[in-house]
Amino acid sequence: MHEMALCEGIRRVVDQAANRPDVTRVTRVRLEIGQFAGVEKAALSFAWEVVMRGSKAEGADLVMIDLPGKALCYDCMEEVEIPERLSPCPRCGGGKLLPQGGDEMQIKDMEVL
Amino acid sequence: MSQERLIEIETGILSQNDAHAARNRARLAELGAYAVNLVSSPGSGKTTLLCATIRAMQAAPNAGPVAVIEGDQQTTNDADRIRATGAPAVQVNTGKGCHLDGHMVGHAMEHLGLAPDSTLFIENVGNLVCPAAFDLGEDAKVAILSVTEGEDKPLKYPDMFTASRLALLNKTDLAPHCDVDLDLYEANLRRVNPVIEVIRVSARTGEGLDRWIAWLRGEAAAKRIRMAAE
Repeated sequence: MHEMALCEGIRRVVDQAANRPDVTRVTRVRLEIGQFAGVEKAALSFAWEVVMRGSKAEGADLVMIDLPGKALCYDCMEEVEIPERLSPCPRCGGGKLLPQGGDEMQIKDMEVL
Repeated sequence: MSQERLIEIETGILSQNDAHAARNRARLAELGAYAVNLVSSPGSGKTTLLCATIRAMQAAPNAGPVAVIEGDQQTTNDADRIRATGAPAVQVNTGKGCHLDGHMVGHAMEHLGLAPDSTLFIENVGNLVCPAAFDLGEDAKVAILSVTEGEDKPLKYPDMFTASRLALLNKTDLAPHCDVDLDLYEANLRRVNPVIEVIRVSARTGEGLDRWIAWLRGEAAAKRIRMAAE
């Protein structure tokens, strides 16, 4: 969707966290991305290289940790994990599921020198 | 040589947007205003429906103030159309941006000089993908889907309909000419969001506008009761 804008959001947070005298360089940033967050990972990686230029995190590795998509099934009323947004309920086969998470877009941590 | 070490961050990527949205939400609460974020594809009839809605609201005996923030990449056409109804409107041009964000809406709210107890309509950029992720501080997202778009639109772009509390199925006057199944639209909406409410409307004939306006009034009244109880 708007991976460039997401990267600019990441840069703001990373710049702020790295803005201290004992950090000379950021070598790796880890994100947690939910299955339903709508993030195109390849596009985010591409935008990452461009957006981080000139920052302490220029050239840093970007690691994306996948978080599962969870949904509440309105047929069996159980919370289940589903691989795709439109997957049927793995328990009862029902088709009416409301996501209960999986839209996370979080900067978890970073490694610095 | 210094050692590599880990700094915990645990911050949302959109945390800056969310902070702006929280400020907007607090400002709306101070004013007793109720805000909806109108989301849809381009061409769903958002602005026409909004003009018809505002005219119908103004014609009601207990009409409260209404204001509009219009988001588009370019032009002030939509804000001009809204102002012709007499309602104040601010146009936000996002330039290359594909969505409104909390910061833009905060600025627009300042320009509007929102009256107490207003109903604020925020017409987002016509786009069924990006605006789903950006909180603007609104009370509810309302998706507008026109009957010419195809019954499977909610399945193709589920996130927006999952994020919306209400879907307005617009242009129902065209349904007889389009070989579409309105019940299938509703079934597909409920497949991606089992709790979404659906109202069938036509900006052209006025069908359903009374139900849509009653929904807005009910939601605004419920917000005021909630806030008074806090």
